[in-house]
This record gives sequence, structure tokens and C-alpha cells, in this order.
Amino acid sequence: MPKSWFLRGALAVGLIFLYGPILLLIAYSFNDNRLVTVWSGFSFRWYGELMQNAQLLEAAWLSLRIAFITACGAVVLGTMAGLLMARFGPFRGRALFGGMISAPLVMPEVIMGLSLLLLFVSLEQLIGWPAGRGTTTIVIAHITFTMSFVAVVIQSRLVSLDASLEEAAMDLGARPAKVFFVITLPIIAPSVVAGWLLAFTLSLDDLVIASFVSGPGSTTLPMVVFSSVRLGVSPQINALATIVVAVVAVGIVIAGVMNARAERTRRRDEQMAQQG
Amino acid sequence: MADMAGYTGATGGAAVSPPRRVHVGDLLRRVGITGKGVVTAVPFFWLLLFFLVPFLIVFKIALSQTTVGIPPYTPMFETVGEEGRTTITLIWDNFRFLVSDDLYVISYLNSLWIAFVSTLFCLLIGYPVAYALAKSEPRWRTPLLMMVILPFWTSFLIRVYAWIMLLRDDGLVTANLNAVLMALGVIDQPLQILYTPTAAYIGIVYSYLPFMILPLYATLEKLDNTLLEAAADLGCPPWKAFLTITLPLSIPGILAGSLLVFIPATGEFVIPALLGGPDTLMIGKVLWDEFFNSRDWPVASAVAIALLVFLVVPIMWFQSIQGRQQEQEGA
Repeated sequence: MPKSWFLRGALAVGLIFLYGPILLLIAYSFNDNRLVTVWSGFSFRWYGELMQNAQLLEAAWLSLRIAFITACGAVVLGTMAGLLMARFGPFRGRALFGGMISAPLVMPEVIMGLSLLLLFVSLEQLIGWPAGRGTTTIVIAHITFTMSFVAVVIQSRLVSLDASLEEAAMDLGARPAKVFFVITLPIIAPSVVAGWLLAFTLSLDDLVIASFVSGPGSTTLPMVVFSSVRLGVSPQINALATIVVAVVAVGIVIAGVMNARAERTRRRDEQMAQQG
Repeated sequence: MADMAGYTGATGGAAVSPPRRVHVGDLLRRVGITGKGVVTAVPFFWLLLFFLVPFLIVFKIALSQTTVGIPPYTPMFETVGEEGRTTITLIWDNFRFLVSDDLYVISYLNSLWIAFVSTLFCLLIGYPVAYALAKSEPRWRTPLLMMVILPFWTSFLIRVYAWIMLLRDDGLVTANLNAVLMALGVIDQPLQILYTPTAAYIGIVYSYLPFMILPLYATLEKLDNTLLEAAADLGCPPWKAFLTITLPLSIPGILAGSLLVFIPATGEFVIPALLGGPDTLMIGKVLWDEFFNSRDWPVASAVAIALLVFLVVPIMWFQSIQGRQQEQEGA
């Protein structure tokens, strides 16, 4: 906690602003009343109805599958990109690559969605692939914008990491690929996991890009939520939101505990190494 | 890209060097495939194909004419040579249409204004929070930082939806605010907040606040405390030390945070669509409607290109700031 009362107040206001709406949403998911702003008793009713909603469950399953494949693809490509930016030094086209890898971080989603759709349509005309739009096109689009986030995470880890370990291995005759898999990858593993989770979440959450590049029969969860929210507030969405928040919170706590444990082990190893 | 592969050719040396074990890697290298080459080429070509080429296509289609049928625009690879004249007369039609219709001009200006005001509010709310985080004891920093990041991990759509419940006429915020204001005699009619531009401002500030706090925190945390101690020793009051030392040194964080909020907010679609109502004209929403409702792909593409033109300067600026920060961290 900061010492000054003004700063404590600022922190409190900021956190209430960030958490208030989410906490209220969770509270109302247990409200028995159909009118979301009138409280008429505690109930799990909306969770029951949510479990009956076949369209929503199907969309959720599709979104999870897309997010899983996206995260795996984005981690491979993003790690390569991060390595390229942090370790390969100057190469021809570095400025162009740097621009292409950081632009998706800020690019408005409507532009990315539209441009990718037009690419897929043009490709289909030219070479007949991809035939129509669906899961494949959504995955490609999601890998393209999430790999930038993975690359940033990996690159910042590599930049802060002392390259002398890798150089030592190289001096001892290890080949670059071996150095990467034996030395670099284990050290940056927490960042790779963080990047995977980030890509997974971003993919699961994306409405705009998926709307552009999806076809009939590939409706993701955010698309279903968006259309139902547009028609009005529904208590089922409160229940869904609560489940999402709970899953995220559990995931963050597990990641935090694992991270803290890894940090302790690392510190102990360092101490032992220093004591010799 | 052959020079990136790191294979310098077999000119000399082969005869004098001792015999080596033959690796699969050597064989691949002999045909020009190396690990380094693959690591360079794969992400590079992925981004070329799925990021850069699509923009060129958008540009091409923005210059096409709407036709009936699927896809609803003139073919991409037509022979332009023979019909050069006709093509040139068509070229700027979609853009001329954007300028001739007030809707687009007003939406562009409105988007820039809404993004600007939202960025300002994010800064006003986010700076004290980031400063408080940076000034807290080290053992509190990580958990507090986690608390700021946590909402970012929950669904964006759900966080926007939460505000619908708060801002409805009978919602917690609107109902209480109206009760207070009417009791004070400031207003005699209850205010409507949901489905007005005010709701869009609230939604944008709320959704993008973490993007402002995190770069600000990163800058403030690295700040050298000895400068402030020296100022205090020389009799400088804390507020003056803040204005003359902390604030100027945190400008890179302010810029990075502001751009991270401003650029995506300008093209925002979800928040104005869900919270803003029909009066909130934002260009992202116009593009969406043009594409999904009017099915006018060329005009939608022209809208996208025009939006991109507005954002190229801030995006380049963001990249140069990011590049400089990485250089500093690397040094």
C-alpha cells in the first residue's frame, strides 16, 4: 500500500471502478427475477436455463476449439517472431517486420476483419482455397492478430534475459537449435505459457474479426452473446459472465501460485550456486 | 532471403577442415534451409500474406465499382490496360462519395473527438492509479498489478454488457444519480444515460483503462527516486517536485498509454453499438453497417482506408516509441 492517503484513495477509486460492474453482474446472476434490476431472492435458475441453451453451448464449444488451435499456432509463430526481433540483430526487412508485428496491437478490429475477409474471398477466386469461410478462416485470422501479443511477451523476456548463457552453450559447440531447446526455451517457458494464455483469451473474446471472417454454421460465443444482448438484457448472460469470471479467476490464482513457486526455486538455486 | 540463412557457401576451407559428423541439419543447410532461415521466413511470410497483402486488397477494392452478384465488387485481376480510361474515371468515386455525404465526415470527426476525450479521461483516472501502484511497497506491487490486469482477462463483451445494467433508466448508476440530482434541484426531468454518447464515453474509458495504467506504471516504476530525494533536500515542495521531475520523466509512458487507448478507440465498434444508441456516430460502426447491412463492400473498404489514413500517424508514432523503449531496455 502507498503511504499517502491521497494515493490510497486513488487506488481504491480505480479498483472500485474496475471491479464494481463485474461484481454487480455476478450478484445479479443469482437473482430469481427476470427483471435484472429487481432483486427477488437467491436462485441458480439462470444457470439451469443456460445449460439448456443448445445454441449457446454449441457456440461456446466452437469458440473453445478455435481458441485452443489459435493459441498453439500463435505461440509457435509468436515465439519465432520474438526470437527474430530480440536475437537475430539487423536483417534485411527488419523495419518492415517490426511494423507488421506491432501494428496488430493497435489496429482497429474492423479494419483487420474487413481486410482479412477480402483476402480470403480473393484467394478463393484465385486458387479455390479456402473454400467458403468457417473455422479455418477464423483460426487464421486469430493467429494473425494474437501472434503479435505473443511476440511482444517473448521479445521483452528475451531482451531482459542475459544472452551469455546462450553464448556459452554456443562456444561449447552446441548448435543453434539445440541451444534454443535446451537453454533458451526452458528459461522463457513462463512467458511462453503466458503468451499461450493471452492468445487463448484474446481469441475466445474476439467478436469483430470473427464476425467478418466466419461463414454460416460457424457462430462463435461472442457472436451469440452480442446478438442476444442487442435484443435486450438477459439474466442467462449474467450467469454466463459469472462462469467466465470464475474460470479466469481460478486460472489466474493457479498461474500466480505456480509462478511464485518457480520464483522461489530459482532464488534458492541462485543462492546455492553462489555459495558454491 | 538467402543471405539471412547464414549459409555462406562452400568456397574453400572444405579441404583443410577435419572430417565432421554428417547431421540432418547439414544436409538441409546444403540446400539452403537452416533453423535461422526458417525462424525468419515463417513469421515473415505469414505476416506478409495475412497482414500486408490484405491491406493492398482493401485498397484495390476501395477503388472498384459495386457490381451485382457475389462477390459484390468488380473482379480483382481484370486487365486494366485496355480499359485504362474507364478505370481512372471510376477510381476516386467511393472516396468522393465519402466526402459528399455528411454522415461519413461527421462520423470521422466524432470518432476522433470521442477517442480524444476518452483518452483524456483514461489519463486523469489512470495516472493517479499507476502512480499509487509505483509508490506502494514492493511486496504489494505484484498483487495490486494483478488486480488491475485481472479485468482485462475477462471478456470485453461481458464488461461492456455490465454497464448496460448499470446505466439503464432503472439501473444502479442512473437511478441514484437522478435521485440525487433531482433532490438537489439541478434537474427536474430524469436523465437518460444508456443509448447516449455519454454511455459510449463511460464504456470506452472503462474498457481501455488498463491499457493506460500499465505503460504508465512501467515508466513510473523505473523512475529514479534519488532525484526526488535531492529535490526534497534542496527544499522543493512535493507538488513542485512532481510537476518538474516526475511528470516530465513519465511523458514516454503518457504517450504510449494515450496511443494504446486512442488508436483502437477511434475504430471502436462494440461499445458504441451496445451502449451509444443511434446518436453515437462512430466510424467503426458506420463501416460495420456499410458492410453487413448495406452490403456495399467498396464503400466499406473506402471507409477502412480513410480511417487508416487518419491513424497512420499515431500508429507510426506508437511504433517509434515502442522501438525506443526496447532499445533502452536492451542497452
